[in-house]
Amino acid sequence: MLNASLKELSKQLAEKKLSSVELTSFFLQRIKTLNADYNAFITTNEEMSLAQAVAADKMLAEGEGGALTGIPIAQKDIFCAKGWLTTCGSKMLSNFISPYDAGVIERFNIAGAVNIGKTNMDEFAMGSSNETSYYGIVKNPWDTKAVPGGSSGGAACAVAARLAPAATGTDTGGSIRQPAALCGISGIKPTYGLVSRYGMIAFASSLDQAGPMAKSAEDLALLLNVMVGFDARDSTSLQRAQEDYASSLEKPLSGLRIGLPKEYFAKGMSQDVENAIDKALAEYRKLGAETVEVALPNAPLSIPVYYVLAPAEASSNLSRFDGVRYGHRAESYSGLTDMYRKSRAEGFGPEVKRRILIGTYVLSHGYYDAYYIKAQKLRRLIAQDFAEAYQQCDVIMGPTTPTVAFNLGEKSADPIQMYLSDIYTSAANLTGMPAMSIPIGFGEKNRPVGLHIIGNYFKEAQLLNVAHQYQRVTDWHLKSPV
Amino acid sequence: MQWEIVIGLEVHTQLSTQSKIFSGASTAYGAAPNTQACEVDLALPGVLPVLNKGAVERAIKFGLSVNAKINSPSIFARKNYFYPDLPKGYQISQFELPIVQGGSICMHVNGVQKVIRLTRAHLEEDAGKSLHEDFHGMTGIDLNRAGTPLLEIVSEPDMRSSAEAVAYAKTLHTLVRWIGICDGNMQEGSFRCDANVSVRPVGTEKLGTRCEIKNLNSFRFLEKAIDFEACRQIEILEEGGTIRQETRLYDANKDETRTMRTKEDANDYRYFPDPDLLPLEVSVEWIEQVKQTLPELPQSRRDRYMVEFGLSTYDVSVLTASREMADYFDAAVKLLPTQAKLCANWIMGEISGRLNKENIEISTCPVKPDDLAALLIRISDGTTSGKAAKTIFESLWLGECGKNVDAIIEAKGLKQISDDCAIEKLVDEVLAANVQQVTDYRNGKEKAFNSLIGQIMKAAQGKANPMQVNTILKKKLTEK
Repeated sequence: MLNASLKELSKQLAEKKLSSVELTSFFLQRIKTLNADYNAFITTNEEMSLAQAVAADKMLAEGEGGALTGIPIAQKDIFCAKGWLTTCGSKMLSNFISPYDAGVIERFNIAGAVNIGKTNMDEFAMGSSNETSYYGIVKNPWDTKAVPGGSSGGAACAVAARLAPAATGTDTGGSIRQPAALCGISGIKPTYGLVSRYGMIAFASSLDQAGPMAKSAEDLALLLNVMVGFDARDSTSLQRAQEDYASSLEKPLSGLRIGLPKEYFAKGMSQDVENAIDKALAEYRKLGAETVEVALPNAPLSIPVYYVLAPAEASSNLSRFDGVRYGHRAESYSGLTDMYRKSRAEGFGPEVKRRILIGTYVLSHGYYDAYYIKAQKLRRLIAQDFAEAYQQCDVIMGPTTPTVAFNLGEKSADPIQMYLSDIYTSAANLTGMPAMSIPIGFGEKNRPVGLHIIGNYFKEAQLLNVAHQYQRVTDWHLKSPV
Repeated sequence: MQWEIVIGLEVHTQLSTQSKIFSGASTAYGAAPNTQACEVDLALPGVLPVLNKGAVERAIKFGLSVNAKINSPSIFARKNYFYPDLPKGYQISQFELPIVQGGSICMHVNGVQKVIRLTRAHLEEDAGKSLHEDFHGMTGIDLNRAGTPLLEIVSEPDMRSSAEAVAYAKTLHTLVRWIGICDGNMQEGSFRCDANVSVRPVGTEKLGTRCEIKNLNSFRFLEKAIDFEACRQIEILEEGGTIRQETRLYDANKDETRTMRTKEDANDYRYFPDPDLLPLEVSVEWIEQVKQTLPELPQSRRDRYMVEFGLSTYDVSVLTASREMADYFDAAVKLLPTQAKLCANWIMGEISGRLNKENIEISTCPVKPDDLAALLIRISDGTTSGKAAKTIFESLWLGECGKNVDAIIEAKGLKQISDDCAIEKLVDEVLAANVQQVTDYRNGKEKAFNSLIGQIMKAAQGKANPMQVNTILKKKLTEK
């Protein structure tokens, strides 16, 4: 059960060699024993998880199960789930029991999957190390002195430490791919608009996208099949024919053109990461792919553009947390303004406050054109760069992160250094393109290295095919820290 | 110095959709607090807005009816500020690209036509309500109204008196109800006015510093607030002072305006395009479809009534005060096209009076247009008299005799004697019995004529056609 793929688990469940209750209990037990070491979960609820497992077993018994029926999934605590504490990693929502299900949760429920618990995360998904969570730091299972990455740090840790077979994450600037890379697992951020944002607590609405995190590309395909789908409650949700993301996994890679942006191979990448990338690219050439150099001249602007737009949207999105209707309200206050001031000062952590301040500033009268409008223009230029690059290649590859996982506390005093963790990943959010990270070996201190694969719009199936073919001939994705 | 008052109005019209502009919750008025606020209206974490097509359709309808440009795309923007009845901490509105741009409204003030230009009309959501009573020193929040669709209609500063402002507001009020986009209920806040008022010396071009007056929820308050505000500004200027740009509140109890907030403490709303809502595209086909649903507009009706029926400006303005009234008139006059004036008089007189008295709307008037037409036909063909018609009208109102006019006339004996022979016979009898008066009349005593008429009518029990009686009596008296 510990290392089995979703396909294997699904087969055993369908053949009644294993029940969902057994599987769920097994992982609940692991969480109970090990979560104290990792702090990957904020909330577990045995009663609710087991009730879902019982229902899943009934579905399976009636032969109505699908690929994920009965399989425990760790849900990032950014998704509202009915009856579950939903904190978004913040003191602000430390008392918020959601009265409704997010679109993603609903789809997993319909598929008969089991919610095994809510995973830890950077507060309101703002962070790259999971150190901003009100619920404490999460440790990297490969080295407990290292960060797991963020913001989906709890999710990446849970999968890597085998506390759950698979997990969900969300990615605004790299929050699925960066922790996946740092924890040695696979994760994909789909094209913007494919997965419903309804009920996913908003950080930066035009960049946020949910996606799966798992041990392999094959697992990701099965998860994506459940997660992707139109939701009328999200105006940015796309109405497209349902795709089977597992159908083209086995396609050979001969003739595949891999674009290598020279900007991503310039200074900034550490030697151990570069070595691992080189080896992975050599493997791809062996699989029949060719590599071509491409240019993304505006891509290095991704971080400044991202750190104007994301805080701008966040400053507005987080205004609803005012202590009036739900969430944290200060104990004592004198009047309305004081209630707002104290509730928000107490409820938000320093990183969230920093981003609200940046966002408020860039949207202010007199600064809006110079920051927000300019950043939007650059965002279009970055997208144009990618469109041109895809004239010469099918997918783009590079490192997911400039270095392997850094030490806990190493960058928490220097926000700029922390922000640079997303230097390779945020462009995919700015353009809305799909991108993923897969494990390709180990660097310094035996910490994992991730390969970043970016595709053109709606090319998730191709990305998963490219990742799966690599995973067929290598075993990095099978390595486990436990 | 002679001063000119310059006024522009911003009118918030609540659109008559069943559900809210960005959620499925009901917009019905008067429910228990927070029973019509769903997760979206409460701004729970994670919820998203979805635009109500009906609200957009109503905005397009308005745009078409004032000959404005329908922008495509138009953009929804967030207006950020903190207030307890604003659950998201921002209001979704339109800022740089509103759905309706330009256009104009034609109105009449004291019989003179004037055109007021519109700047724009944009879609936005309403806020909730703060309740300050009954909460023991705390404030209650009711979010039933939060998310109710509004169309904010902004005029150019084209009005020059409170009378013009009221005429404009009334014309707009009629129009939005006419085209069915707003119920116009001012008590429930469905139609709210803010007035921008400034003054300048007559003959100058440059606009003076303006003050915005909020909370004008009746035409009377609109008029009084503008008058007060203009006087206040003129007084300050005449004493050598300057006007401070500010938002003022009208206090109806004291009949005065007072400072609500100055420009200095105005919010920086940090408008930016709402990333949760895509740019709103309105296709030419959609506009065309909406156009097909537009009724004949008040202005066109007014012109038609004057040209086709020769009615006066006054009659026309009363008949087109609401679409229901105009439709009633149209339906009735269709059945007796030569008697438009008679029709108009009855609708403006008997019917309106009775409706007012009973406090019911013309759309639910128990006397239907065809009932009225049937009655008026019997007046014009002489079957019954105008006086008896009032009795028949009463029977129609009460639904007597199956609301059949002829049956009522029959049952109540209200048929007029219009037969010349019968009338002659009556006249002869009365003349024979009143020889003295006949002599008096012939000797020049005009008054004797009226006395004779009275006696003939009395003999006819009031049923003789007065015109015929008059003619025949005159003929008899001048004979010989």
